[in-house]
Amino acid sequence: MTAPLVDISSVSHRFGQHTVLKNVSLQIEPGSYTILLGPSGSGKTTLLSILGGFVTPSEGKVLIRGEDCTTVPPAKRPTTTVFQDYALFPHMSVGGNVGFGLRMQGVDAATRAARAREALALVGLAAAFDKKPHQLSGGQRQRVALARALVIEPAVLLLDEPLGALDLQLRRQMQDELKAIQKRVGTAFIHVTHDQEEAMALADHCVVMNDGRIEDEGPPERVYARPATRFSATFMGESTLISGTVTKAKDGTTTVATQTGSFSLPGTALAGTAVALAIRPEHLVLGAASGAIRLGTAKVSDVVFQGSFKRVLAVSEKDPALHFIARVPAAAAVRPGDIVAVSCDAGDIIPLAG
Amino acid sequence: MRALVRIASWLYAAAVYGFIFLPVVVLVLFSLQATSFPIPPFTGPSLRWYDAVLADTRLTSALVNSLLVAALSSAIAVTLGFLSAWGFARFVLPGSALLRGLITLPLTVSYLIIGMGLLVLFNWAGVPKSLLAAGIGHVVINLPLCFAIIYSQMGDHQINIERAARDLGAPEWKVLLLITVPVMAPAIFAGFFLSMTFSWDEFVISFLLTRFDTTLPVEIWNLLRSGLNPKTNAVGSLVFAVSIVLVVLFELMLLRRKPA
Repeated sequence: MTAPLVDISSVSHRFGQHTVLKNVSLQIEPGSYTILLGPSGSGKTTLLSILGGFVTPSEGKVLIRGEDCTTVPPAKRPTTTVFQDYALFPHMSVGGNVGFGLRMQGVDAATRAARAREALALVGLAAAFDKKPHQLSGGQRQRVALARALVIEPAVLLLDEPLGALDLQLRRQMQDELKAIQKRVGTAFIHVTHDQEEAMALADHCVVMNDGRIEDEGPPERVYARPATRFSATFMGESTLISGTVTKAKDGTTTVATQTGSFSLPGTALAGTAVALAIRPEHLVLGAASGAIRLGTAKVSDVVFQGSFKRVLAVSEKDPALHFIARVPAAAAVRPGDIVAVSCDAGDIIPLAG
Repeated sequence: MRALVRIASWLYAAAVYGFIFLPVVVLVLFSLQATSFPIPPFTGPSLRWYDAVLADTRLTSALVNSLLVAALSSAIAVTLGFLSAWGFARFVLPGSALLRGLITLPLTVSYLIIGMGLLVLFNWAGVPKSLLAAGIGHVVINLPLCFAIIYSQMGDHQINIERAARDLGAPEWKVLLLITVPVMAPAIFAGFFLSMTFSWDEFVISFLLTRFDTTLPVEIWNLLRSGLNPKTNAVGSLVFAVSIVLVVLFELMLLRRKPA
């Protein structure tokens, strides 16, 4: 087991009376692409600012390459940040922007220009060296900001909602490029976003944050398939949530009583505890071809055509508080007002603490 | 009826501009007078009075003094104004609004009061009446102006640019010198040129605080004491011409906007 590249231990932060980070601990492995995912106000940007040195945490420590960096200013720590608004220097050429970090290190002009050109080539902008930032498009400025941050070879690159200002198509394209660039340079990237699709596409390690805490972390496949909490089940993709109570638990099988019936699931839990059962939309089966677990009938309230599939919202007839979210093929004939049987497989039900 | 309204509005505009510019037009016109009295009828055009001004070493040395005082005091005022604007814009200070009010307060105090105050203070401190004393007075009146101009242009959008520079390893003085100053250059130059304009034709403070070497407006006042002649018109026109150049430079700087 190698030492983590970044070790955040028990970090809390307050802005005045308001606590934005509550005892957060996180380790970042060398060469990994980490995504901090959460809604606004979840503390993810504050955590990134603490890593970058722009904010000193109220409590806790930040170690980078084993060194305590908690109070080290941004200029002196081995991190660089790609800002959401790119923050390019408007009065300098693109080459001057990219070479700035090297200039601060006292690298001579010729070497600086050569390395700036290399970094620009890496992001596919070799021709822009002599241009001014205002002559570039949003996506190109984004690449310049990336080249500028990478050229001084930081231990960790921090990206603050880097794709937030781009339109959807460009965002998906830049997403692929970011991942490719990260694999090529091998630097650890820590990227803040509220876009769960971006998170799933980019992350090696996905950290779901809410209300100043880490709700869940792990490979995005695991976080999606087996979310650890209710919040991460609804924020990282959608889920139908059924609340119930454990009535019996033995031999690795748990029985849960809900408004729509009792189900036996693999797993262990204490009898009497409240649980929530989460089911991903693609695992709900509507109509006759039913799965092993019957969830009763439901009235379709809305059908949203999404191109390759239809998103169906339905309300349980037994429990009006239960809203199903399902995904059916685009060709399926489902209309609002239809009464459909809902079912799923036991293995697709994710039990969560109620 | 509509035509009448239009004619009336043109007449009104002409009257307003006439009211503002007629004195200057008269001044400039009679500076070109060929005879010895700046009164109608107009006998020019002739440049003899401009020759007379340039041959007068008291006037030319006063002109050089004025330019020196204006340039140096404006440079100091704009430097101090920039630093205070940066401080107020970038740091959370206790009583920030009150302190900002205090720093711009001299804009509302009459030059006479400031001049008298400095006179008393310099007397007490043993600073002799001189161009230096007048220059200090001009810093006092122009610093609030520079501060107000630069502070108004110092928005939040530059904060991340400065952060980026720090993040890339720049120490604070390099952030200021290589990033903030160039980004703020239009506002800084605007403040500088406006200060120069005000310092250039400032009379009261210079009059109170200088003695032997003095500035052009004070020298013109000396000249006027012996009565009107086209020479005073000529030197007045020169002062006006320099002011126009400075104001145009100021407006060019403030109105110039780079495409985003």
